[in-house]
Amino acid sequence: MANVTININGADYSGDVEPRLLLTHFIRDTAELTGTHTGCDTTSCGACTVLIDGVPIKSCTMFAVQANGKKIQTVEGLANGAALHPIQEAFREKHGLQCGFCTPGMMLTSVAFLKKNPNPTEEEIRWAISGNLCRCTGYVNIVEAIQYAGEKMRESA
Amino acid sequence: MIPAQFQYAAPASIADALALLQSNPDAKILSGGQSLIPLMKFRLAQPAMVVDINNIADLDYIREADGWLKIGALTRESALEDSTLVREKYPLLYETTLNVADPIVRNRATLAGNLAHADPANDHPATMLAYRAQVVATGAGGNRTIAIDDFFTGLFSTALASDEILTEVQIPAPKTNSGGAYMKLERKVGDFATAGVAVQLNLDAAGSIEQIGIAFTNVGLQAIRGARSEAALRGTSGNAVAVEAAAKFAQEDCEPNADLRGSVEYKRNLVRVLTTRAISSALAKARGA
Repeated sequence: MANVTININGADYSGDVEPRLLLTHFIRDTAELTGTHTGCDTTSCGACTVLIDGVPIKSCTMFAVQANGKKIQTVEGLANGAALHPIQEAFREKHGLQCGFCTPGMMLTSVAFLKKNPNPTEEEIRWAISGNLCRCTGYVNIVEAIQYAGEKMRESA
Repeated sequence: MIPAQFQYAAPASIADALALLQSNPDAKILSGGQSLIPLMKFRLAQPAMVVDINNIADLDYIREADGWLKIGALTRESALEDSTLVREKYPLLYETTLNVADPIVRNRATLAGNLAHADPANDHPATMLAYRAQVVATGAGGNRTIAIDDFFTGLFSTALASDEILTEVQIPAPKTNSGGAYMKLERKVGDFATAGVAVQLNLDAAGSIEQIGIAFTNVGLQAIRGARSEAALRGTSGNAVAVEAAAKFAQEDCEPNADLRGSVEYKRNLVRVLTTRAISSALAKARGA
């Protein structure tokens, strides 16, 4: 067992974990933050995407021990109190989801992407989210939501 | 899916990592983990110990020195993708990186890991063959350099000893009038190649092909050098007849298996087509077009 402390959305979560515990399970079961979804469990779908020190990674493909001492942001860390993050507002406004399973990962990927590229083309957006699969929407509204969030974030920057 | 149990160590120095590898012959090195962790979850790999090298400083760099592009063991694919130097001067490497898995995986995955894992479906092995790259293996006795043609020894097998770490990849700095291209067909983003072809070449003052490297991805037990395709083009102007001959040799010299991605005949023809396109693209870049 290894004792790990991981900062998630500004709060420290500690636990004695087996090295084989995946980060996605630490987030969901130890920290009880179930907004992060474990989808394919094979590094394909991106539903489990979280930001580690600001960089999107698939939390099903990293051990919790590797995140010891690191800062993680999950979907629960996007809103500021009752105020939605622009990406959340955009997904609601543009109907960027149907079942919602891919949405947390999709939004975290988008937030990191919009920081690097605040005014992306449609092609750049589609490229950026190519590691996050959605089986409902056909992506059209997701792309529009990310464009909308980009506008909002540029206005407030 | 839960991997089998293992001991975990995250040493802060190469010396400590080497000591762990020496006392644990069954250990595996964890860098990006984007191949190793899935293998462990499927229990295709069950190492007794995982030596995580992510805490070792000074292994994350991209720099040119002594006529080589040097890339550290912890340099992520995304760093290659974002590098102006790589994009402008090493188009073959840049195009290959863009074809590895997906953008999220590339934030963790490393070039060195892609080579050390030696999956015939990985994209960088063929590219390194085309570049005539070399790798640095660090062991208890110090560093040794391994030419890429001697590195891959079979399916998931390399010349690395169990107590060595691949610490650096070295790619020859391209000569003037150089060009390269990577062509891959995949069914969807993140899929392994149905087939891939890497080409790197340079032209002499008269415009003839001086040096050329051609290699194939996922059409054999390891990445395959297209030696006859290279010979068919070397010294020529890269005219249509020479390109067609090189592509025909590629079709014959690859060794694909039939699977869900296609039949043997289909894959051989695909290698022919991709070889033609990769040569054209590399030539266009070398001519400054």
